[in-house]
Order: sequence, then C-alpha cells, then structure tokens
Amino acid sequence: MIDKQAMESRIESLPLPKKIRSAMLAELLEMELTEEEFEDVIRLTLKRYNESRIPPYEAAGVVTAQSIGEPGTQMTMRTFHYAGVAEINVTLGLPRIIELLDARKNPSTPSMTIYLKEEYANDRERSSDVAWNIESTYLHHVGDITTNISDMEITVNLDEKALEMRKMRPEEVAMAIEEEIGLPVELLDHRLRTAPEEVSYRGLLQLAKKIRNVKLKGVDEIKRVVIRRENDEYIFYTEGSALSKVLQIEGVDPTRTRTNNILEMAEVLGIEAARQSIIDEIMGTLREQGLDVDIRHIMLVADIMTCDGEVKQIGRHGISGEKASVLARAAFEITVNNLLESSVRGEVDELDGVTENVIVGQPVKLGTGSVKLIAKSEMGGMNHG
Amino acid sequence: MIRSVPKKIGQIKFGLISPREFRKMSVTRVITADTYDDDGFPIEMGLMDTRLGVIDPGLRCKTCGQRAGECPGHFGHIELVAPVIHIGFAKLIRKILRAVCRSCGRLLLTETEKERYLDEIRTNLKIGNSIDDVVNTVFKEARKTKKCPYCDEEQIDIKFEKPTTYYEDKHKLMPADIRDLLEKIPDEDVEVMGMDPVSARPEWTVLTVLPVPPVTMRPSITLESGQRSEDDITHKLVDIIRINQRFQENREAGAPQLIIEDLWELLQYHVTTFIDNAVSGVPPARHRSGRPLKTLSQRLKGKEGRFRGSLSGKRVNFSARTVISPDPNLSICEVGVPEEIAKELTITMNVTRHNINEAKEYVARGPSNHPGANYVVRGDGRRVKVTESNAPELVEAIETGWKVERHLKDGDIVLFNRQPSLHRMSIMAHEVKVLPDKTFRLNPAACPPYNADFDGDEMNLHVPQTEEARAEAKILMHVEHNILSPRFGGPIIGGIHDHISGLYLLTHKDKKIYKPEALELLKKSRVKELMEPAGYENGMPYWNGKQIFSMILPEGLHLTFQAEMCEHCEECKREGCERDAYVVIEDGILKNGSIDVKAIGSFKSKILDKIYKEYGEERARMFIDDATRLGIRAIMRMGFSFGINDEDVSSEADVRIGEAIYEAEERVRKLIMAYNAGELEQLPGRSMDETLEMNILQELGRARDAAGEIAGRNLGLENSAVIMAQSGARGSMLNLTQMAGCVGQQAVRGERIRRGYAGRTLPHFEVGDLGADARGFVKSSYKKGLSPTEYFFHAIGGREGLVDTAVRTSQSGYLQRRMVNALQDLEVQYDGTVRDTRGMIVQFMYGEDGLDPMKGDFGTRESIRSIINTVVAKRESR
Repeated sequence: MIDKQAMESRIESLPLPKKIRSAMLAELLEMELTEEEFEDVIRLTLKRYNESRIPPYEAAGVVTAQSIGEPGTQMTMRTFHYAGVAEINVTLGLPRIIELLDARKNPSTPSMTIYLKEEYANDRERSSDVAWNIESTYLHHVGDITTNISDMEITVNLDEKALEMRKMRPEEVAMAIEEEIGLPVELLDHRLRTAPEEVSYRGLLQLAKKIRNVKLKGVDEIKRVVIRRENDEYIFYTEGSALSKVLQIEGVDPTRTRTNNILEMAEVLGIEAARQSIIDEIMGTLREQGLDVDIRHIMLVADIMTCDGEVKQIGRHGISGEKASVLARAAFEITVNNLLESSVRGEVDELDGVTENVIVGQPVKLGTGSVKLIAKSEMGGMNHG
Repeated sequence: MIRSVPKKIGQIKFGLISPREFRKMSVTRVITADTYDDDGFPIEMGLMDTRLGVIDPGLRCKTCGQRAGECPGHFGHIELVAPVIHIGFAKLIRKILRAVCRSCGRLLLTETEKERYLDEIRTNLKIGNSIDDVVNTVFKEARKTKKCPYCDEEQIDIKFEKPTTYYEDKHKLMPADIRDLLEKIPDEDVEVMGMDPVSARPEWTVLTVLPVPPVTMRPSITLESGQRSEDDITHKLVDIIRINQRFQENREAGAPQLIIEDLWELLQYHVTTFIDNAVSGVPPARHRSGRPLKTLSQRLKGKEGRFRGSLSGKRVNFSARTVISPDPNLSICEVGVPEEIAKELTITMNVTRHNINEAKEYVARGPSNHPGANYVVRGDGRRVKVTESNAPELVEAIETGWKVERHLKDGDIVLFNRQPSLHRMSIMAHEVKVLPDKTFRLNPAACPPYNADFDGDEMNLHVPQTEEARAEAKILMHVEHNILSPRFGGPIIGGIHDHISGLYLLTHKDKKIYKPEALELLKKSRVKELMEPAGYENGMPYWNGKQIFSMILPEGLHLTFQAEMCEHCEECKREGCERDAYVVIEDGILKNGSIDVKAIGSFKSKILDKIYKEYGEERARMFIDDATRLGIRAIMRMGFSFGINDEDVSSEADVRIGEAIYEAEERVRKLIMAYNAGELEQLPGRSMDETLEMNILQELGRARDAAGEIAGRNLGLENSAVIMAQSGARGSMLNLTQMAGCVGQQAVRGERIRRGYAGRTLPHFEVGDLGADARGFVKSSYKKGLSPTEYFFHAIGGREGLVDTAVRTSQSGYLQRRMVNALQDLEVQYDGTVRDTRGMIVQFMYGEDGLDPMKGDFGTRESIRSIINTVVAKRESR
C-alpha cells in the first residue's frame, strides 16, 4: 500500500488538467492499490489523456460554429413559459441564441435569478420581505384611485391587506405621494385625499394618472418577483433586471445572484462573469430544447466574444468587423465601404486567414495547411509534402 | 517536363490610384462613345478598342497579342474635362474639408497635438488595433478650431448636401476648388488623419482621370437577331464620354457659367452612378427597359456579388450530381456511382514502370467500355483524346512519363456532399462502387449525417485529383472517421427506421430460430460460423434472436444500459424487466434486453459508441454494416406492415375515448362558468383571462393524453405502429394518439385559436363562446376524420408550423454564417492553445482541459474508475 500523502503529491504533479487530477484523487484514495498498480493507473490515464486530446491544427473554430449552427434548424421560435416558473415569460430557442450572440444591450425578456443570504433563504417571512423590497410597488397596487368630480378631488382607498403584506403604513404612502406630486395629501384612516391646485377637469385627470404611477417601494426595473422554493431555499425569479441595484439590497446573496443580461453582468461583475454567463445561458437554452452540444464549443464562443476585455458581438459590429484582413471583412458584409475605407488607410492584407486565401486561390493556413514539412524524395529533389 | 515553381501571394496592399498611375497603366485614351463600326469591328480609341482586350473569337489583342480567353484585358482611361467627386469618399472629403485650413490647407491642430495623435495612431497600428477612435477625435478636435494656427485664417463652416455638394457659407465649392485645397495638405497632416500619404493622397479622392475597365469584364453579348447588346458598365461609360465631350465643347465655346455648372453636375451624376448606382439621393441610372443598371458597387455587393459569389465560392470540374436512392447492401462508406458518370469522371494516373501495364489496359478499352480512359497526355504535354480507333496505337505508344486519364472505378476515393452543408459530416469521403442505372446509391444508415432521404434528394460527388487530396480525403474525411459527431461526441451514423424495427423484432423476447433461417439472416454479414445453439428441438438445433444478434458483436464487449422502451419504473427490475428493456451485453453476448434506437440508432447508439471508442473506427463501421443488414434481413423474415386498419380501435374503446373527451369538455364548461361568475381561482401573476386559458389548455391536453392512452392500450403491443414508436424506429406515441385517439388542441403562438371574426373564430359559434370546439379543439382522430370546423382549425395550426419553419431556416442560416465567419480562423496549436491565424490567443487550453469533444467523456470519474478496474482486473487474473 502507498501512503496517501505521497499519492496526492504524485497525482498533483502530473501534467493533467485539474479536473482529471481531482477525479483521480477522489477515485484512487478509496482504492487499495500497490505501488505498482498505482503507477499502472497513472500510466494508463496519461495514455488515455493523450489519446483523447484534441489534435493540433484542428480547426476548432469552424467545428464550434457548425456545432452550434447546425442544431439551429431544430430549434423553436417561440417565447415559452419557463419550465417550472410558469409565471415568467422567457425568450427561448433560436431567438434567444441569436440575442446572446448579438450581445444585445437590452434582451427581450430581462430576468434575474436572485439568491438570498443564508439567514434569509430559509425564512419564509424574511425572504418575502426582501422580495417586496425588490419588486416595484406603485400606488395602484395598494389602493383604488377614484376621481371625485363633484368635489374635484382624488381619493385613494388603500387596501389594508396589500399594505400589510408590503409592510407599509398609510402615512408612508401619503408621504411618498406628497413628495412626488408636491401637493398636500389628506390622510383619513385608510383613505387618502388630494386635489389639484387649479380646478379643472383636465388637471384632475392628469393628477389621477400621475398618482397612479407614484412609486412606493422596490427597484424600478423589476416589474415582478416570483418566489420559489428550490433545494431547500427560497429563490426569486424576476421580470426585469437591475443587477447593481438588487445586489445592494439587504439579504440578497451577491455571490450567486445573476441576471440573464450579459452586458449587465460584464458591467457589474466583470468580463469573467460575462463569459461564464454566456456559457450558462447558451447551455441552458440548448438544454431546454433537448439539444446536446459539448460545453467546449460554447466555451470557445464565449471566449472569442470576451477575450479582449469587452463583450463583442458575433457579427459585423463585433468580431467579424474587427478582423485584420480587408478581404475577410469585404467578403462578410458591407463589402464596398470596407474596400473604400481600407484603401484610404493604405491597409495591407497579410493573407493569414481563411477567407483571404480562398479568395486569392491559395491553400488555407489551417489544419493540413499549417503543416510546413518538406519531404526529401528518393530521387534527391525536394517535394512538397 | 519543367515543374512550375509554386508562386505565393504574400500580401495585398490597398490604396488609391493617382491620376498619373491611371494614365500609366492605361493602354489607350478613350475618346469616342461609339463601340463598333458598320462592319462590326471595334473602333479605335472607342470603348471596345482592341487594345483593351478582346472578346470576339478570332481577334487578337493589340496590347498582348493573345486571343479571346487568353488575354486578361487591359485598362484604358478617360480624361475628365473637370474633376468630379468620387462618391465613395464624399463623407471623407466633408470631414477633411472641415478639419483643414481653407487657405493654407494644414490640419487645424497644433504641432504638439498632431504629434500626440500621430503617436497614438502609430502604436495602434503596430499592435493591430482599430484607429477609428483616434481618427474621429482628430477630426472632431480640428473642426472646433476656428482660426488657423499657422496662417491665422478665419475658418468658415462647410455645409454638405448629399450626395456631392459642399457649401462654404452659401458659396458652392466646385470639385476643382476642393481638389486644389486637398492638394495643399502636407503629407505629415494626412497621416494624422489616419490616411497613408504614399498610397492615398486626399486629392486622389477627386477624380480627374477615369479608368476604363477592360472589355473582358464588360463583354457584349450578341442576341439571336444578330444585334449586339452591351454590358451595363459599357452603357454607363458611353454616357460619361458623351457628357464629357459636350462639356468640353461648351467650355471651349465659352458657354455661360450656368450651363457649364449644369453639365458639370451631369458629369458628376454619371460618374457617381458609374461607381455606385444605389446612392441615396441620386436617382438610379436606368436601362431603356426601366431596369436599374448594375454598376461597379452592385457587382461587388451581396450574395451573388464578386466577393461572396465569385471569389469565396468557386466552381469546379470533376463533379457530378444526381438523385440518390438507397442500397442497404452497400457498406456505409461506399457510394454507388452510375456507370455513365464513372465514364465521364476521370482520375489522372502518372504512368510509371509499375503501372504501365494497367494503364495500357485502360487505354485499350477506350472511352466507352467501363474501366477505360478518356485522354492520354504524352510526354511532351500534348493531350490526346482516346477514341475507339486510335486506342490500339496509343496502347503501343504509351511509355513512362505519360499520363492516362482513366475512368472512375471501384475503390476510388470520392467526396460526397448534400446541401445545405451545415456541418463537416455534410461532405464525407466514400469509396466508389460502379453500378448500373442512373442514381447515386447510398446506404440508408449513412443518411443522418447528410440529413438525406430518398424523396427526390440530389447529391454531389467530387473526384479529388491529386495524391495529396486523395490522401487527405481518405485520412480525414472518410465516413469511418466521421461516425462520431464532434458536436456531442456520440455516433451520428447508425441504424434508422427498418434497421431498428428489424433488430427489435429479432431480439425482443425469445424467438426460436432454426438453422436455415439463422443462416439466411446472417448471410450478408461477416459471420462465418454459428455459435453454440441455445437448444435442440426434435434433434434440430435452434438459436434465439439475441444470439443471432450477438454473433455480429465484437468479442469482449461489456455493456449494460436501459433501452429506449424503458419506462423508468420507480425501481428497476434489471434483468427481471418484463418489457425486456434492460440490455445486458457480456463478453460480446447479448444476455438480456431488446435492441432498439438506444442500442444501434443514429445519435443515440450506446453499442456503437462503445465499439468505436474501444475497438476503433473500422470495427465500428463493420458493426454498422452487419447490424443494418441483419436488421433488414430480420424485418424481411418476420414481416412487418402498417395500414389504415392498424389504427382501428374497438368500438368499446371508441366509446371510452368519447367519454373521456366529453368529461373534459364538461370540466371546461365548468371552468368557463366559474370564470363568468368570477369564482375562478386566479394563478399568481396572471390575469383572470390567462388563468382560464391555462386551465382549459391543461384540461384539454389531459383529455387528449387520456384518449391516446385508451387507444394505445387498445391497439396492443403487437401493433406495428406501437412497435415502431416503442423501439424508436419511427413516429411517437403522440402520432399514434392523433391517428387513433384524438388530434387535440390546435394552437397559434402557444394559445388557443381566437382570431377570426369579432368575438368568435367562425360564424358557426356564438359570439364570446370560450368552449373547447369554438377555440380549435379537434376531438376527432385522423382516422375518424375531422369535421369542417375542426379541419379549418387544423389548417390554421398547420400554417403556423410552415411559416415557423420558413423563418427559422433563414434565421439559423444567417446565424451560422456569422458564426463561421467569426470563428473560422481559430486553430488549436501544439501547445494546446487556441489562436487565430495571426497568433492572437483566444484560449490558453482548448475547452479548459484540452480534450477533444469527439473523443467523448474522458476525464470523468467513471472513466478513471474504468481504468482502475482494468488494472485491478489484471491483478485478479494473476
């Protein structure tokens, strides 16, 4: 038998990815192996690893593009109710993938997944308090607004239950309205009364409209919060997204809370978080459609979108538009402008990429074209191999 | 023979052409707008001057002396009477005019500022970044300066009117003035504006000389009537020359300024449309018929333009296209090629002392007997067509160093392709099998990667022409090599349809198979010896179906998994499963379970995956070949059919289905009543209407499932459709439900149908009727037939599906094009990094672990455990 510690350090020193090393560690520590057998396992693992490695000069990019593009035809086009969270609409299928790769500023259905800190996550009361602090509450949520034309005034009948649920007192509501409209508000039990400065029918209606939309509580962008219990804790799903604001709310766990808006992730949490969230979102969308795509492909897409520190679109305003080669850009989109611009700049096309070489009719420097071996022929001359 | 040295283009520099260069590269000045004289001969110094190249066969180019087809064509030029703006640079000129001094032409920035910006530009260029931002700030800052720091001239703001007019305080700037000003800009300042003064002086954006493209790029065509029809570009050039002449005449005659300006503008218009005929604000120049002309920009742009249509997409020789049809007797890596095609497509063989006799045989057979030859190339490079008559003498003459273009024959490597080529498995290398008749033959098991079927699909075939190409095709593109998909690391080639039904029928439960039958089943496979029989009956040995299948499995294969038909019971009974859904393979023997899609189907096959990864690609190919042949033999032996009366359900079941649907409708009515009475319990976050809709949808969905359940049970497990659905060969239980039970709710955008008339879908219903039938619930089955209203709703739902598919194809096609374009330059390097062709690192380790997605799941704990197990097994065996 070999000493566990020696085993650990031996495994740690192997030239293998961390994931495999930890898998080995986990498996081997349980086993009782002789030194010889242990070395056998290591030898075999290294051999299998080398056999399973991606071959050099593989055109990984094209394979990735095809692996994501090919199942595109099998995806649905519609917005569905999210599996599990029937209350919230989320864009899924092909439109969602397109949206993600476009790196849109405003996704069509922004949504957040909010996790809570331990002391809140299991407490029904406390978690729902947090939820009310997030969901934006407007006056019309907590009371009926009526316009009284005979007295030229507006009355709001506050709903006691709704107020209690949101932990708000009528005085607070009155204060909020006063602050917003700048008119005195009269409070009688659960009834609020106010009148426009100038007595006119139009003014009254305008005031009623304004009062309706007085914000009382919560984050503006978050239109709705749905509370669900998953894995023994309360989790919020939201309609609307405002990551930086939500992270500052008491009780929210900033380490796990996410939004499905990639650019917001990049802005608030940095580029690495954006990369991870691109991977998560694409994988989630594909999985929901029942499509099996290896995560490595999605990683590559996420990496090329984020590799120089900002989220770049897949397309003419992003990666394809910033290519070094004039011909590659011209062959993609906006042909003429690209040619005109590069001629003014006196640009030089080094003919490194794929498209450029296809255009001039030369072998592409990729895959087999990367190999620069020249074999000596038997006859003594040099042949291109 | 002299070997030509392969030339390589190192780089391409882009720039503007100066007037001087235009004249230098021009072979003639073009002065007349006429093309041909009365005899049909090109006019000298006209647009079709023979110095510009020739297109008529028989004529020789006066510049290079070559004939049509050989002469690449040569540029001429037109001397413009007055300069005109190049429309592509109109915006740039505006920016420059606003940024430079109107009197001394210097950039309106101080020396230190210029130096700073220049520095920034140079560093950006060096590291390969875009200089757009810097250049834009230069222009923005320079425009702010109101007084020239060099000559103290007050600056006047330039107004620009699309497309090509510039005003300085209401005073119109003529292109000549603009050109004079641009000329004054010193080279150092040009560089600060992000331009390269050597290859692009700003004044060159104002044209004084216009190049006349060679005739070869604007060939005229002769119509049937003998009339010549000129190219759009030629038409445009005619216009330009005419106006140019008129302009000159008027100017020389001293015409009033107004007329001169008008002509100038007209010249500008024609030159503009010559370059781009789709500029906003400029009416497009039209052909006599009213069709807008296709000028230079239009030739380059778009899918069929020069870049995407002609340069990135190339046409090839040595290819064939025809309809495909199935042939299960071919191996998956073969393709049946019609003899007619095989006689047309050739492979060039270099005659050496090793193959000279073979080459002679081909030539001897001539061009019309199958493995023959069409051409020979003699030692001096002369091509000689092989005919019946000259074949014998050519055979005698052949010697080493000649080349023989022989017919395609069995075993040659060819590339086979079906569009749309969405992934790399859409083009694979097959081995030729020359067959009679006129279609390409393909093993149906090889259909999934091409996404092909035989309802009239056509496919293309290409014959690689060099040894390198053939080697590459064989090593990298062979079907064997593409059994696994790099998308998810599973097999993409595998049994389909009847292969699965057949093997399922063969292996499901115990079936006695006697020797003649067993031999018949295995006739086409590689199995040469039968295994030990399962038993004897009346002294006759018999085998069971599982044994027959086991014979095509490789030895030493161990595998257990749950078949597709597994119902995922709470507790798996494993070997005791009464549905025979628990597959156990021990040492290459199928001990338990039925073979279905999960075992041998494409995309899902567990057995194939294992064989590929443990026994290699060749063994995997053999297994597919054997399994599909066995499957087809089995289905032929057992017999399998499906017809309209297979959808018949008993009258008792029919009644029960009717009841189930009636009950559901009743519940829907109750829901509507509750809704009308306002008693419906609202779902959180949903309005009353939405709640009702969701409840009804749920209720009707359940009704359809119930109907399907009843129908499915009534049809029994022996029903062909049920067998196909359960084994995963084709169709699903849902399809069956719709055929025999109830079609169910038709939906538009995920909702019940509600469009149509005000408040109702059809006049057959009351206004405001929310009931099941009024909103597109089809209670009939396909077998029973739909009522008129049901039929209509079904058509609505069906239409949505069609539209959806059409939109999706175009959208996903564009998505894929964008993705390929963005990612195509990425390549894995020897050090495991992923870089683009310039060397920029995108990933430090491919996929974070450097593993190939195609090679599957290595690196998981299970794979480590299996390694440990093999090591431990070795210990135990000792």
